[in-house]
Amino acid sequence: MHNLGGVYIIWYRDMLRFQGNRIRMIGSIFLPLLFLFIFGSGLGSQMGAIAPGVNYAQFIFPGIIGMTVLTSSFMAGISLVWDREFGFLKEILVAPINRAVVAAGKTLGAATVSLIQGAIILIFAPLVGVSLSPSTVAILLALMFLLAVAMSSFGVLLATRIKSIEAFQAVTQLLLFPMIFLSGVFIPLQGMPHWMSILTKISPATYGIVSLRQIVLRETSTTILGINLLGHNMSLWNNVGVLAVFGVIMILLAMYSFSRQE
Amino acid sequence: MSDHIIKVANLTKRFGNLTAVDNISFTVSKGEVFGFLGPNGAGKSTTINILCTLAKPTSGQATINGFDVVRQQSQVRQSIGLVFQDSSLDEQLTGLQNLYFHALVYNVPAPVRKSRIKQLLQMTQLWDKRHNAVRTYSGGMKRRLELARGLLHYPKVLFLDEPTIGLDPQTRNRLWEYISELRQREGITIFLTTHYMDEANNANRIAIIDYGKIVAMDTPENLKHIVGKDIITLKTVDNDRTAEEIKHLYQIEPRYNNDELSFEIANGEKFLPSFIRKSSTKILSVSLRQTSLDDVFLKLTGREIRDEEMSNTFKNSAHGRRMGRK
Repeated sequence: MHNLGGVYIIWYRDMLRFQGNRIRMIGSIFLPLLFLFIFGSGLGSQMGAIAPGVNYAQFIFPGIIGMTVLTSSFMAGISLVWDREFGFLKEILVAPINRAVVAAGKTLGAATVSLIQGAIILIFAPLVGVSLSPSTVAILLALMFLLAVAMSSFGVLLATRIKSIEAFQAVTQLLLFPMIFLSGVFIPLQGMPHWMSILTKISPATYGIVSLRQIVLRETSTTILGINLLGHNMSLWNNVGVLAVFGVIMILLAMYSFSRQE
Repeated sequence: MSDHIIKVANLTKRFGNLTAVDNISFTVSKGEVFGFLGPNGAGKSTTINILCTLAKPTSGQATINGFDVVRQQSQVRQSIGLVFQDSSLDEQLTGLQNLYFHALVYNVPAPVRKSRIKQLLQMTQLWDKRHNAVRTYSGGMKRRLELARGLLHYPKVLFLDEPTIGLDPQTRNRLWEYISELRQREGITIFLTTHYMDEANNANRIAIIDYGKIVAMDTPENLKHIVGKDIITLKTVDNDRTAEEIKHLYQIEPRYNNDELSFEIANGEKFLPSFIRKSSTKILSVSLRQTSLDDVFLKLTGREIRDEEMSNTFKNSAHGRRMGRK
C-alpha cells in the first residue's frame, strides 16, 4: 500500500471518531474557557498589568490555547491505549499497512483534532481584548499544529511502551499537569524561583506556549515574556526551532517504537 | 505454486525458557477446513499469531499463499482474514464505517468497495443497522460484523479463532451457514480453532496441539479410531439367533448384558443401516454410542475440552466487565 494513503486512512478514522463524538469537543474546550474567564477576570483584577499594556487575561490567553492543544494532543496516546484495550489495535496491526505509517497517521489525526479545538479558543480573543489579524491567525494555526504534532508524537511514543489504561492515566497526570503549570500558561517565566525556572526550560511545551504568546502579544523580542536560556534571550525563531527539533525527534521515535512492538 | 496454501516447517517459538511452540510442521491445502485444537496454553494462539505476522518465530518457516510470514508480512496480511475470539471492532464507529475503514486499509478497489460492503452486510443481516454505532450491537451482531469484515478483501485464508464462543446456538448455526456458503462460493481456506466439538467435526482435518507439539493430525473420522470403536447395543425378538448372525457375518463375538447384545465396530454410523437391513430377526431396540472428538481430546491431552471452555467463558465475562466500565 502506498504509505501516504496509509497515513490518510488512519487520520481519516480519527476524523470519523471526532465527528461522531461532539460531546468530547464541548467537554475539552469547556475547561480552558473556564480557566480563561475565571482566572483571567478573577485573578486578573487583583494582579494588574503583567507587562506594559498586557493584563492577566491577555497574558494567559495564548497560554490557554497552548494548554488546549497540549491536553488534546495527549489524547493521541490515550486513544492508542484504548484501541489496545478494546482490541481494535489488533485489526490495525494485522493490516497490510506499515506500522511506522500507522504511528504517523495516529499522530496527525490527534494533531488535527487538537488544532480544531485550539482554533475554537481563538474565537474568544475579542472577549479578552486581544485583536488578531488574519495573518496572525494563520501563523498561530501553523504554530499550534507544530505544537500539536510534537505533543501527539510524544503521546504515541508513550503509548507504545505503557500498555494499560491505568498506567497511562497515571503517567498523564504525572506529566501533563506539571507540564501545563511549568510551561508558563498561568505564571510569567521571569521572576520564578530558580528551581522552577530550570523545570520550565526543560519542559518542551514552554517553547510552544511562549512562541504563541510572542505572536499573540506581538512581543517578538522582549525579555519580560520570553525565555532566557543560558543567558540568551530566545527569539520567536529560536523557540520555534527548539519545538520543531523536539517534534521531529518525537515523531521519529514514535514511528520507530511503534514498528518494534509485537 | 503447490496447492498447499499454508506451509509450516519446524516452527519453534520460545519465550525465555518456555517453549510455546516446539518444532511443529504441517500443511493445509487450498479450500480445506483445518481444525486446530488444543488446551489453553498449548501453543495454539502463539501459532496463530505467528501465522498472522503478529509474532515472530524463534526458528523455522511458515508461508501463507506462498509468502513468508517473516519476510513478506504485507503480502501475508493481504492474503488473510481474521475473526478473533475477542472483538477487534471500533465500537465508536458505525458498522458501515468499520467496513469502510477495512476496505481502505486492504486496498479493496474503489469501484467494488460499496457493492461488496453492501453484499456482506446484507448476508450477515446487518444492513438495516449499518448506521448504528457498533457499541449498540449485540454480541452476535458484532461477531457477524467481524466475519463480514474478515471477508471483505476476499482473503485466501480465513482464520477463525473461537469464532462462536459466547454465542447462542441459533447464532452459531447462522454463522456457520455463512461460512460454508462463502467457502463454497469463494473457495477460501479456513483455519479454525474451537472448543465446540460439533464445529470441529466440520473440519476436513484436525491437528491437536499440546505442550507446543502436534500430538495428532488426521481427519475427524480417523482420529476417532485412535480412541477405539463405536459400541452398538441392541435387543431383538431372538437375541441368540442375532448373535449367531453377527458371528457369522462380521466375525465379531457379541456380549450379552441382561437381555441385550452389544459389540464394538468401527464407523458405527455407516455400519448400522446395512446391519439393520441384513438382520433376519426383528429388532426391538438399537443404540449406537459413537466415539467423539471429546474422547480423542481427552485421550491425547488428558484434559476435557469442556473444562477449557468453562475457563474461557469465565475469561470472556471478565473481559465483558472490563468493557462495561467504559
